[in-house]
Amino acid sequence: MTAVNEIPLATSAPTGHGHLKRDLIGLAIISLFAVLGYLVFPNNLALLTRIIAILLLVLSLDLVTGYCGVATLGHAALFGSGAYAAGIAAVHFGITEPITMVVIGAAAGAVAGLLSGAIILRGHGLSQLVLSIAIIHLFHEAANKASTYTGGSDGLSGIAPDAVFGLFQFDLWGRTAYIFGIVLLLVVFMLLRQLVQSPFGMLCRGIKEDPVRISAMGASVRGTLLKMYTISGAVAGVGGALTAISTQVVGLDSLSFTMSAEALVMLVLGGTGSLYGAFIGTFVFMFFEDFVSAANPFHWLTLVGALLIAVVLCAPRGIYGTVVERLPSLWRRRS
Amino acid sequence: MSADFVFEVDNLEKNFGGLAVTRNVTLAMRPGDRVALIGPNGAGKTTFVNLVTGHLKPDSGKVRLGGNDVTHFKPTQRVHHGLVRSFQVTRLFLDMTPEEHIALAILQRSGKSGRMAGNYISHPGMLFEVDELLSTLGLTAMRHMKVREIAYGQQRLLEIALAMALRPKVLLLDEPAAGVPQSDTGRIEEALSKLPGDLAVLMIEHDMDLVFRFAKRVIVLAAGEIIFDGSPTDVTRDPRVREAYLGSYGHDRNVA
Ligand SMILES: Nc1ncnc2c1ncn2[C@@H]1O[C@H](COP(=O)(O)OP(=O)(O)OP(=O)(O)O)[C@@H](O)[C@H]1O
Ligand SMILES: [Mg+2]
Repeated sequence: MTAVNEIPLATSAPTGHGHLKRDLIGLAIISLFAVLGYLVFPNNLALLTRIIAILLLVLSLDLVTGYCGVATLGHAALFGSGAYAAGIAAVHFGITEPITMVVIGAAAGAVAGLLSGAIILRGHGLSQLVLSIAIIHLFHEAANKASTYTGGSDGLSGIAPDAVFGLFQFDLWGRTAYIFGIVLLLVVFMLLRQLVQSPFGMLCRGIKEDPVRISAMGASVRGTLLKMYTISGAVAGVGGALTAISTQVVGLDSLSFTMSAEALVMLVLGGTGSLYGAFIGTFVFMFFEDFVSAANPFHWLTLVGALLIAVVLCAPRGIYGTVVERLPSLWRRRS
Repeated sequence: MSADFVFEVDNLEKNFGGLAVTRNVTLAMRPGDRVALIGPNGAGKTTFVNLVTGHLKPDSGKVRLGGNDVTHFKPTQRVHHGLVRSFQVTRLFLDMTPEEHIALAILQRSGKSGRMAGNYISHPGMLFEVDELLSTLGLTAMRHMKVREIAYGQQRLLEIALAMALRPKVLLLDEPAAGVPQSDTGRIEEALSKLPGDLAVLMIEHDMDLVFRFAKRVIVLAAGEIIFDGSPTDVTRDPRVREAYLGSYGHDRNVA
């Protein structure tokens, strides 16, 4: 509270240039970490690529939960749809050009987003959550039953994407996949920064705070949310397609309730409504899942649980949100 | 002649369970009208606004805007037809700045609020109009502060600014001065006096001084029914109005 009061003007004076500069800095930081990841963990590129795919899912969730205030535990439905669509296109229809696969994944994700949005947005609060859980189970079951196309519980294997631009083969070490993922992430990130600062993004933030006020201004709440859900689906679909391309298999876990819930945990850990929080939350969670669990396979989930409780109770705006909130006053104290 | 009216309500009825909250309410307004809607607490004033704006569904009756029947329109469509309201309890976006609020309203009015690229700052003419509205309401100094950080009186002014930014033909103000310290009501009154001359305004208000200065016509609602519709000078003398208020306004015009 006090921290907010101390910085009335500094953060929100908006100029087109200020935003662009901040976004470019964000872009530079992401690129820096991407290069570091490549150099420091050359043997773990597959894992890093997986993190990028999950990150796309968490970013997509941030669009509907963080920016619009829609609660959902079924967001992996959008991700999995993208993954299966890209995989099925490759395996059953011979569409193995990777960028086309990403576009197909995005389109399938968008359709899944539109569909689940149309259902989830009928409810409010708790009923939204229940509807979203129903949706992820329906999607999961549909993929399970349509085993001719999806491979059912065995998963869909045999995805063999072409070289990127006909030049860069997907190699055994996952270098091409990693770079492909990073480029996708940078492009999506730039587009989303544009989106959340646009008039449309402002409208969504308004809906999150007070939908009645928005409708009193003459804007359609449902229409706006559905659009955002569709965009969110496209982003999750890109993440799904990236998994299909990089791992060359798609499993039912990509359409699971667990994955949906984990994505929400990552978002809450990092902080909603900023895009940057999604990065931090995803990395912290995946770090625990992969490195802490390797060190201590029995207690990593306990640690994640403890961390989550600590964040929710002590830093309800998430790690990123809290740092941003407290930083200016710390800064002032030092100078 | 009904063609002169921008806003007409015919025989509006609403019951909540067994409680009749709106009973056979009929009224009409012309461009430029300044009407005060008064009545004791619980008389059904806010409910009337909600029925007219489409936030509640009437049991029967009709609402017309500029001669068009809008009874079955959604709230958003009614806004597009020029009917705008403010809220009795401020409804604003706490994490946005006054500038963003007004910009969003202007974008919405001009059909650009769905644009997915660019920034509101870059829209031509936008800053000029935002500046003008902010200075009209004395909010220029806090234009970049978050709404949660500004005083409630200023938030009330922003409510009015938002309504004005939508350039309505009919404006319904639900107690614009409610919760504003006495020292700041002057600002609100000043803002009201700057409303466009051809706009039809219906203001719900308890502060009788404000009502007498603002309105050329007063409508009194009691228990869901219009019991008086006439000039401000006659309202205090009307026996039914006195009865409805237990005589309080008849003797003392300064009741807040
Ligand atoms: N959604 C609702 N369901 C049931 N009863 C309601 C509802 N909304 C309002 N009422 C009742 O209808 C009556 C009129 O309420 P309304 O808010 O319209 O009064 P008002 O004239 O605006 O009062 P005030 O001056 O206190 O703002 C009250 O008795 C209230 O309790
Ligand atoms: Mg009221």
